[in-house]
Amino acid sequence: MNRRKIIEEWIFKTISFLAAYSVVLILLYLLIVVFNKGIGALSWEIVFSLPKGGYYFGGGGGILNAIVGSFYLSLGATVLAVFIGLPAALFINVQLIRLKRTQNTIRFFLDALWGIPSIVYGAFGFAVMLFFGLNASLLAGIITVALLITPILVRAFDEVLKTIPVELQEASYSLGSTRTETALKVLFKQGFAGFITALLLAFGRGIGDAASVLFTAGFTDNIPVTLDEPVATLPLSIFFQLSSPIEAVRQRAYAAAVVLTVIILIISVSARLLSKRYSKNIIK
Amino acid sequence: MNKKRRLTDSLVNIWMRGGLYILLSIPVFIGIGLYWKAAPLLNEHSLTELIFSSKWFPMRGEFGFLPFIFSSVYVTLLAFILSAPLCLFAAIYLTQFGKMRLLNFMLPVIDILAGIPSVVYGVWGILVIVPLVSDKIAPFFGTISSGYSLLAGGIVLAVMCIPYMLNMLIEVFNTIPVGMKEASLSLGATHWEMVKHVIIRKGFPGIISAFGLGIAKAFGETIAVLMVVGNTLNITLSPFKAGYPLPALIANNYGEMMSIPDYDSALMFAALLLFVVILIINLFFRYFIHKTEKI
Repeated sequence: MNRRKIIEEWIFKTISFLAAYSVVLILLYLLIVVFNKGIGALSWEIVFSLPKGGYYFGGGGGILNAIVGSFYLSLGATVLAVFIGLPAALFINVQLIRLKRTQNTIRFFLDALWGIPSIVYGAFGFAVMLFFGLNASLLAGIITVALLITPILVRAFDEVLKTIPVELQEASYSLGSTRTETALKVLFKQGFAGFITALLLAFGRGIGDAASVLFTAGFTDNIPVTLDEPVATLPLSIFFQLSSPIEAVRQRAYAAAVVLTVIILIISVSARLLSKRYSKNIIK
Repeated sequence: MNKKRRLTDSLVNIWMRGGLYILLSIPVFIGIGLYWKAAPLLNEHSLTELIFSSKWFPMRGEFGFLPFIFSSVYVTLLAFILSAPLCLFAAIYLTQFGKMRLLNFMLPVIDILAGIPSVVYGVWGILVIVPLVSDKIAPFFGTISSGYSLLAGGIVLAVMCIPYMLNMLIEVFNTIPVGMKEASLSLGATHWEMVKHVIIRKGFPGIISAFGLGIAKAFGETIAVLMVVGNTLNITLSPFKAGYPLPALIANNYGEMMSIPDYDSALMFAALLLFVVILIINLFFRYFIHKTEKI
């Protein structure tokens, strides 16, 4: 081997080594900064109480309205997304199982849909709201977020369903079951671990997304009781408080960012653990 | 088969089919909905005027989107230049040079980081990148900057894109058959030569697609950029000046859009523009992947 080759080899190995570790470091650094800044400001009051009078000028209270609001919103959106997405994903993998070309085209469109930014969904949700004469409310927010997370849910679930061997379906048909029974009792059961992962992935996206609910969900200091009331969300609460000139309010935004990050981390880690747990029952 | 089972079967079938149709009609409805709201603006101004004019005076009814489009493109390209080489080399290291254990550890970590909400990246940008730009980078180049700048937006976007692009690149490199790598190594190529001549060449369409999809994601990102980019109208080449990307325009002005005539149409037009551009980029690169996966 000549010298030039050895030097080139060394240079590029070093570059890629540095690149890999700097990526790790940057992302670790991000988490450390956010936690470091926020944990100091975090208190039981912030997590477990509603904003009190003068909250946005540094008064007492917390962000419970936003935490609960985000859960309501994302839960509603996930239920709606499952109602539309679950049958759609099963349909692609049961009824269309012989039509590979159609399957691929549908997947192709869903992938493209995945990439549409949430602000576009937000603007569209606003247009729909005006069309039906709705106000910024929990319901409008739920519909918008559901539109955003349904493609994610379907594609993530579909990734698992498509690995299930066709023979399993054939065995089910040969025992005389209908397509519905095959879909719900065989495919859904077999892909249940993937379904849980997809569900939590979509739920996490729903909690963390800000741009789509900016127009549609409104903002309030209270926890909504009915669907037509406005609702506060955690990302927007962080966003609004951070733009305040008052230091005490900004501190609470940092604390809220920690709360949001922890919620998202818990969801993603439990998605992994649950999917491992449920994959024990799969027929190999 | 008894009646009840048959009835359930046909009902559930309708439900399944309905779900799929609803899902596939979402982009159509988005397109129609946004166009319907943007139509008043499109009737009064020509498309070229809207896109290429830099006169933005909503009160006088002049809507030129050029400054916003310029800022969007600028920030996106900056993010791309900063993150693409890093992701490419990191993906090469993780899949080719590094230990299997490292990759197995990194994959879930990258996945989890990809799920972190953009507002958290924005908080980080305000805490770290904005002071960095105003105190270190701008003085180093002999200028003054508030920190809320195109550069800060580009850096935050670049960091946001890393988990997303890295994930796709690792997937691309993992699909390359081991036999091909082994053949190259057995002919006496060094590891880097193998990467250069086999991995990068074979994975080229995949790499381009991952980059393209990364660009599309960066182009539509809203909250994180909005928080650090400064949000002032500017057409400038200096990265230390503030900018005003399209998504930030939409997000910032929804409050007052009902009070000025045609303003709501203008914002909906901005959303339509984002939707169309990103859908086209996405469809193109997905098609690209789709075609190459088959071969």
